[in-house]
Amino acid sequence: MKEYDVVVIGAGHAGCEAALASARMGCSTLLLTLNVDHVALMPCNPSIGGPAKGHIVREIDALGGQMGRNIDKSYVNIMMLNTSKGPAVHALRAQADKPTYQSEMIRTLEAEENLDLKQDVVTELLVENQEVTGVKTITGMSYQAPKVVLTTGTSLNGKVIIGDVKYTGGRQGEFAATHLADSLKDAGIELDKFQTATPPRIDQQTVDFSGMRIHPGSEEKLQFSFFQDRAEREQKPCWVTHTNERTKEVIESNIEDSPLSTGIVEGEGPRYCPSIDRKIMRFPEKTSHQVFVEPEGMDTNELYLNGLTTSMPEELQVKIIQSVPGLEEAEIMRPGYAVQYDAIPTYQLNSTMENKRVKGLYTAGQINATSGYEEAAAQGLMAGINAVLSLRDQDPLILKRSDAYIGVLIDDLVNENPKEPYRMLTSRAEYRLLLRQDNADLRLSEIGYDLGLLSDEEYQQVRKKDTAITDTMQYLDNNRITPTKEVRATLKDLNSGGLKKPVSLATILARPELDYQDLNLLVDDLPEVKPEIAEQIEIETKYRGYIEKQMRQVEKFKKMEKKKLPEDIDYSELETLRTEAREKLDKIRPVSLGQASRIPGVSPADISALMIYLETYKQDADDEEEE
Amino acid sequence: MYSNDTIAAIATAVGESGIGIIRISGPEAIAITNQVFEPKQDKDLNEVESYTAHYGHIVEEEQVVDEVITLVMKEPKTYTKEDVVEINCHGGTVVLRKILDLILNQGARLAEPGEFTKRAFLNGRIDLAQAEAVADLIQSKTEASMEVALDQLEGGLSDQVNDIRQDLIALLAHLEATIDFPEDEIEDFQSEELGARIDTVQQKIDDLLATSERGKILKEGVEAAIVGRPNVGKSSLLNALVREKRAIVTDIPGTTRDVIEEVINIDGIPVKIIDTAGIRNAENQIEKIGVEKSEEYLTKAELILLVVDISDGITDEDKRLMRDAQNKEVVVIANKLDLEHQLELEKIKEILPEAAIVKTAAIANQGINELEDAIANLVYSGKINAQEETMVSSLRHKKALERAKENVSDVKSTWEQGLPNDFLTIDLRAALEAVNEITGDAVGEDIIDQIFADFCLGK
Ligand SMILES: Cc1cc2nc3c(=O)[nH]c(=O)nc-3n(C[C@H](O)[C@H](O)[C@H](O)COP(=O)(O)OP(=O)(O)OC[C@H]3O[C@@H](n4cnc5c(N)ncnc54)[C@H](O)[C@@H]3O)c2cc1C
Repeated sequence: MKEYDVVVIGAGHAGCEAALASARMGCSTLLLTLNVDHVALMPCNPSIGGPAKGHIVREIDALGGQMGRNIDKSYVNIMMLNTSKGPAVHALRAQADKPTYQSEMIRTLEAEENLDLKQDVVTELLVENQEVTGVKTITGMSYQAPKVVLTTGTSLNGKVIIGDVKYTGGRQGEFAATHLADSLKDAGIELDKFQTATPPRIDQQTVDFSGMRIHPGSEEKLQFSFFQDRAEREQKPCWVTHTNERTKEVIESNIEDSPLSTGIVEGEGPRYCPSIDRKIMRFPEKTSHQVFVEPEGMDTNELYLNGLTTSMPEELQVKIIQSVPGLEEAEIMRPGYAVQYDAIPTYQLNSTMENKRVKGLYTAGQINATSGYEEAAAQGLMAGINAVLSLRDQDPLILKRSDAYIGVLIDDLVNENPKEPYRMLTSRAEYRLLLRQDNADLRLSEIGYDLGLLSDEEYQQVRKKDTAITDTMQYLDNNRITPTKEVRATLKDLNSGGLKKPVSLATILARPELDYQDLNLLVDDLPEVKPEIAEQIEIETKYRGYIEKQMRQVEKFKKMEKKKLPEDIDYSELETLRTEAREKLDKIRPVSLGQASRIPGVSPADISALMIYLETYKQDADDEEEE
Repeated sequence: MYSNDTIAAIATAVGESGIGIIRISGPEAIAITNQVFEPKQDKDLNEVESYTAHYGHIVEEEQVVDEVITLVMKEPKTYTKEDVVEINCHGGTVVLRKILDLILNQGARLAEPGEFTKRAFLNGRIDLAQAEAVADLIQSKTEASMEVALDQLEGGLSDQVNDIRQDLIALLAHLEATIDFPEDEIEDFQSEELGARIDTVQQKIDDLLATSERGKILKEGVEAAIVGRPNVGKSSLLNALVREKRAIVTDIPGTTRDVIEEVINIDGIPVKIIDTAGIRNAENQIEKIGVEKSEEYLTKAELILLVVDISDGITDEDKRLMRDAQNKEVVVIANKLDLEHQLELEKIKEILPEAAIVKTAAIANQGINELEDAIANLVYSGKINAQEETMVSSLRHKKALERAKENVSDVKSTWEQGLPNDFLTIDLRAALEAVNEITGDAVGEDIIDQIFADFCLGK
């Protein structure tokens, strides 16, 4: 039987990151997947990034993950969203050339020294004494490993649904993992049903774009990765059209055929990706909904109809599509469909991504009740890293809510046990002014470097950037300008207000209308810096007050995180807690008072009760020591 | 640490009412009562239905202690969500204490102040704001403050705070929706609308905070000082007030006997009169307090009862005191007023144009009602209507609201500077957190739920 340090099941977005992290950290790694042609497949929308998701991609990059680098090599359209809403929520988003995204990822996996990629169907998790020992496949092969990362996406007991047709499958054109689901249950893992759906794809040759609004990509050169400077790629536009009264009519008069009415799909679906049927039923007063028509790749005719998600019978899908201006003649290439699948409710998940019931088993991605490529990749990376750290008896990597969106994501999962597939939103991050996509490298690359996931060269680049920022900030704080006639005239030319007394350059730069380069007109020896450094400096000077406010909030947050809850608390004995709180705390077993306070169902009064308990517990422990 | 034992206490304030109630709560409440209660009809309290009343006697060694009605309420539909028994007896303090002793001897524990409420709260029966209202209720001294506490208990405060909370959540949800779903067709806030919405929340917080001063007055009382030059009738005024309105709290136990607070109840407002020792012993001591001492009280008290003897005319000393009282709430008591001194009133109005003036011919006999009305009017004046208003009476609530107020005014200034929307959310969120401290909610999913409830989002 062949032995590995780490076996990863499923080469989706989570699995690829997990396997790469493990291999790059020096562990022998096996990546098993149903179909090698489907590695890093994007079964739904062709885009990566956007608000919060783009932040995650940059964090993955700063930690030494692959997603950002891979999309930089394969986008067909890239733009920065939200530029008017504040630097914290600027969001980079790319449309992918799906086939290239996959082939670039396969190339990377194949090139990785410690990594074996094999096509096989895992049917069984080998477990002894609630500890994982390896996996078994459909062909009868077994592989031994002390750590297994499970990232099977929507495959567990997956069922594909179109209209009243329902068949077994992990997604369109792929097996479901049925045996594996049974094996997990045998190991004591509880499963819960979820669902998600995807819109139909149509043939570009049957579309009339003349009445649609065009969305070209950015003219400015943009990329996700902080590290490898990539050449700009040729871009393809997206298009926008709208549904109308006719669309509404088609859906309303056939609503009995919608899964909403038939109830054929089981489990909760994501609110942020509602089907067009659901949108029309929920918001009947809205007669027009946007449809984004997006390319699936550079060399394919397939177009993705973003906004027309539905799993109604295919002939109705045709009617719905053809009611939309520009799509009157459109031909479906692949119909939209829904998939229902089993996921692992996350009260069984530790912050390290390890399962609480089976030691050595890590789970990541859609299987953890999340949705989205970026969310999956982030979890995969963390699961891979922590599997290796645990193998080496090293401290786990747990990112705090104040460190990264990835920290927020995992903390939410562990505490909240999502009732629908979880998606990252910027509004979930309470310290988002500090967790910007532009500073992910400054926040996280030291961790990536220490883990061996970033090269010396890459890390040095960030160090240099950091030093340049500090030095330049110092220069700006220490150098003043005096209100001479010339200075006042220059300021006036720059449409900036007057100046009465000498002020530091930092104070001048804080004026909203001025940018770093403008200072060149006021002083002779302004340090020359790269645009990304000027950007950091502008943010820091202009929003200093707000940044400091958030830092104070973080201090408060950290204080509560430091109050550790003993591992052996018997919550059922703590009668000062309300019953609901007792149950929730027992199920989730938070490590700190801070974490406890984020569990829904634990009230501020319960937290006070826990604080009192902690005090007495400490005293008891002290007393025992004395004895 | 509390365990689920059975607790008992006298539930009515000692000596205040005709009947007294003893309340017992906990798993043994019924069994314990059964040991000391002898029903008229032969029955066993352990077997009676919930929410039934039983007439009988409390007995000690076969001696009847009092004639009582016993109310049996079984968990979970009770105030504490535990078994509760209430013994209604006629007896005054002595009998009440006697019965309580009997109950305690049977194994109940004397409840700590507010412990019933604590249990109700811990058992999930009431929320934090309500629990604090009960604490106020326990401490409140007069009916008016009782009403505020009752209103809060019935969720009056929770309603108002929730209203503010909903405004904040709706604002945040809108801003966040445009940030998290930039390509969905959500209308961005028009700048003026945004400013107006911020103002609305600000106003609501201000209004609620404005009541906190009154909440405090109703709970803790108004500090009043009687001032005036010697021999104008201060002590007879005080004695008259005290005689009429039985003092409800007497001296503050403590280190010094120098200061006594007489608390009198005027239309439900506890009015504390700061006084020196031995007023009642040495009738005229208060009269010995000269202008200097009066001035000292003038600065301390919230309400000034300034006594002038009109028959002497308005003296320079009177004028000085009046000027010192200019920015206080003042009632001028014009003693020995008759027609020929009518002119003097003008002089008072010159210095204290806003002051209420109560005329008395002989304080001990006349004018007390008018004086009380004047005091009540002062306290109840302004836009606040004590009967209907929800008030903030807990210091913790007040502090939380003050923080929310500060946060919202930061939001406003961010808006005024024209900074991008994201910056508005920082302080809005902080305001929401402050308000949540009152209601006990967590921020969590609320905003996100609201986003999806309000907007058609997602592709
Ligand atoms: C129909 C559909 C609609 C979706 N809609 C949305 C949406 O609207 N918005 C959104 O954000 N996301 C959507 N997604 C989700 C998005 O595709 C996933 O979130 C993301 O791909 C999850 O990544 P993952 O790595 O967890 O799983 P996947 O990318 O699904 O990868 C799982 C991998 O595991 C392999 N595998 C499964 N079982 C086994 C086994 N037994 N042995 C070996 N290999 C196995 C599979 O072949 C696959 O390669 C949708 C997905 C589908 C299928």
